[in-house]
Amino acid sequence: MTDSDARFPASAPSRGPRALIFETGSPESRCVVAPELDVPDVPLDTVLAGCARVQAPVLPHVTEGEIARHYHHLASMNFGVDSGSYPLGSCTMKYNPRLNEDVCRLEGFASLHPYQPVGTIQGALGLMVGLADALAEITGLPGVTLQPAAGAHGEFTAIMMFRAYHTANGDPRKRIVIPDAAHGTNPATVAMAGYDVTTIASDARGAVDLDALRAALDTDVAALMLTNPNTLGLFDPNIVAITEAVHAVGALAYCDGANMNAIMGKARPGDMGFDAMHINLHKTFSTPHGGGGPGAGPVCVTAALAPFLPGPLPVRLDDGTFSVGWTEHSIGRVRSSFGNFGVFVRAYAYVLALGGDGLRAASEQAVLSANYMKEKLKGTYPLPYDRPCMHEFVLSGARLRKEFGVHTLDVAKRLLDYGIHPPTIYFPLIVDESIMFEPTETESLEDLDRMIEVMLTIAGEAASDPDLLHGAPYSTPVRRLDEARAVKQPDLRWRPSSAR
Amino acid sequence: MLRAVGATEIDELFDSVPEAVRLGRPLDLPDGLTEMETAFALRALADANTPTTALVSFAGAGCYDHYVPSIVDHVVRRPEFFTAYTPYQPEVSQGTLQNIYEFQTMICELTGMDVGNASMYDGATAFVEAALMASRVTKRHKVIVAGSVHPEWRVVLRTYAASGNIEVVTCPVADGVVPIAAAAALMDDSTAALLVSSPNFLGHLEDLAALGEVAHAAGALFVVSVNPILSGVLEPPSSFGADIVVGEGQPLGNPMSLGGPGLGFFACREAHLRQLPGRIVGRTVDVDGRGAFVLTMQTREQHIRRERATSNICSNHALNALAAAVYLSAVGVEGLAGVGRACVAKAHYLRDALLATGKFDAPYSAPFAHEFALRYKGDPAVMHSEMLGRGFLAGVDLGTIDPGMDGLVLFAVTEKRTRAEMDSFAGEVASL
Repeated sequence: MTDSDARFPASAPSRGPRALIFETGSPESRCVVAPELDVPDVPLDTVLAGCARVQAPVLPHVTEGEIARHYHHLASMNFGVDSGSYPLGSCTMKYNPRLNEDVCRLEGFASLHPYQPVGTIQGALGLMVGLADALAEITGLPGVTLQPAAGAHGEFTAIMMFRAYHTANGDPRKRIVIPDAAHGTNPATVAMAGYDVTTIASDARGAVDLDALRAALDTDVAALMLTNPNTLGLFDPNIVAITEAVHAVGALAYCDGANMNAIMGKARPGDMGFDAMHINLHKTFSTPHGGGGPGAGPVCVTAALAPFLPGPLPVRLDDGTFSVGWTEHSIGRVRSSFGNFGVFVRAYAYVLALGGDGLRAASEQAVLSANYMKEKLKGTYPLPYDRPCMHEFVLSGARLRKEFGVHTLDVAKRLLDYGIHPPTIYFPLIVDESIMFEPTETESLEDLDRMIEVMLTIAGEAASDPDLLHGAPYSTPVRRLDEARAVKQPDLRWRPSSAR
Repeated sequence: MLRAVGATEIDELFDSVPEAVRLGRPLDLPDGLTEMETAFALRALADANTPTTALVSFAGAGCYDHYVPSIVDHVVRRPEFFTAYTPYQPEVSQGTLQNIYEFQTMICELTGMDVGNASMYDGATAFVEAALMASRVTKRHKVIVAGSVHPEWRVVLRTYAASGNIEVVTCPVADGVVPIAAAAALMDDSTAALLVSSPNFLGHLEDLAALGEVAHAAGALFVVSVNPILSGVLEPPSSFGADIVVGEGQPLGNPMSLGGPGLGFFACREAHLRQLPGRIVGRTVDVDGRGAFVLTMQTREQHIRRERATSNICSNHALNALAAAVYLSAVGVEGLAGVGRACVAKAHYLRDALLATGKFDAPYSAPFAHEFALRYKGDPAVMHSEMLGRGFLAGVDLGTIDPGMDGLVLFAVTEKRTRAEMDSFAGEVASL
């Protein structure tokens, strides 16, 4: 459209950037007014020992209507699972059932205080025990803490339990082995837990190189951290040999549970020889990602590690009632209260709705959908590790770069113009120009076919008009951003002095 | 679809799973339920609880029952917000990103600090991240934590410190606050930070000005945790030399939800920006020159820096931060001050009323804001249970949290409590 296009008045509402909420409204605007005091007022500076606030903070002056419009506009600039296909690899962007959003808001859940007597939270404790029991069955690991707030937090929790376990055996050990395909959280977690990282290369099939693993293992090694299925979407065929080798030197095996959506009801990490894993309730168990959180990262462990679980743990007593307990050698706690309880309610509703067979069917469909897309795309976008995949697969954009000078980033940005959220890109690091698709089981065949068709169309555009892709996206609320400027000239907050 | 992938059975797709580790049986879980059955099952569990909405609650201790304006949840329930991922694709994430930028601004305004991050898991983990950041900034190993900080937070700090990355020393408490001399005696040239909370766990205000001087005299950072609902009435920690300010943001527009999810907030001085943990959003421009927002300073983070990252954290509590930002927009500066003033005035009213019953002693004389501890002259567990039967959640029986605080009951009063409820509560306690 041009500036003079009469169909679009100059004063039409913008789909693009909007004024900050601080720049909205007027000094007279009010929304919620505090009620009149029904007790005697107190001299604040006296009761607060001279610490009463002198200069008030600057907050927005807006009416409820202005708030509604501001956030409506912000929402309109966002893309969620409801907006369209969201095949973000390793993130499991499945549909978030609406019932779960309703039940977590029931007063009997939302209006509970964490220090209420256990007799008044029997339903909440029972829900947490029920969820923990289900996770234990699904993972084959009987000890469960729901407390960690996210996957990385779960990793940290488990590695600190490993430290406590090894320390109890007389030696905390020094190193943790991680394959080069691992998520960045794994090495970052290891550093936070006070261990050194030893990285090992993957083999030609994208799996753990057994020789490299054996060479890295000695009695200084506390653990191996492994994602299985791995970040290429491949199940490691040597998994039993791997965990046996780890155990042979007295180390423990940790499973990064990011990819659990591939194997529910099909195989269990506990049966593979893993000692601990985390579950991302916000991936596998359909709780919404919330634009970056809150999620939840429960940790499941073997019976041998269970005495080290953080507390407090909801427990079922012999008389069928519920209480709260601590384990003998608990590492302590990794956050306040029980964890992200509101997320547990949603996840438990999901488990109840699907049941055991439904969870297995969800994994089967997720794997089928990924293989379907992989087969249709691998002729156009090379598939460096060409094996049947689990719930996700990793293509390479290297051919488009070599032949047309088009990068994976360009393909991703062009997808936005077609109303599809890009897959995960440039991860894992072991694939050149990587494109990681995870369609999930909740995309219909029609959705899958459309994603395939669009990816093929974009490959054609790359050949015929590479600059079209270099400039994409065109139809989004804003276009490509100057990220270097954001770093060089940090503007991290609005200041009252910069007001209009 | 099976034909397209060259398979006849779904199980062929799982051929790479070794026979030895295939489950080979159905999961031992109940059959799936219809939506109606699921709704009824969850309703039954909810009904097996007694929510604070069915009680008159004086429970606080880190989780608070404030009024949440209706508009807050209407915004939070927009699927464009709650079904989105972390805003890695800024072109289609401007809603999440702009909100975080506005949230960062609000946190800076409340705390008086220069820069804030996009939020963290909760107050306790933000507190720990502050200790770890202070250690990185000062290249020192030891942190001094006030014994008046929330006991759960101190346990979390100790749990993280088992990594060996930091050493934690607890400063003793007298009259419910940190004695300046006691803090000063613990500081030395290996101290990275002095960490305090004000109001502290018992609701008391610490002498932040003096404690800040103690920290800085030793070359350590001064870390202060605050309750943001009081930011309209209490001077911000920046006025007392705080280097890092953290806290639990749940009181701002988030339901208690048994203690989670809430949000942690984290703010610091500009000089320490590059050591900040967590997500940060910055403002920049797009190729057409339009103002826009993006995740920035990412070279601090795990997906780039791996084991050399400032933290392993790769999420925030964006949806809870959204609730907090909408809350602060809805109440505005007068509303926030009004809520704070109401909480303080009502807490002082209740304390006087409870002392007048003759059933309590006042063990502390330190100034307090909206929460206070009294010693019950009988068995607090009996009192608590008896009052529950009469429809009151009689604060938090501190002996159940820490045997060292046996006999103490911690009362919090929010703007939701009325004079009639407090009079009724005091009357019922008097009749025990």
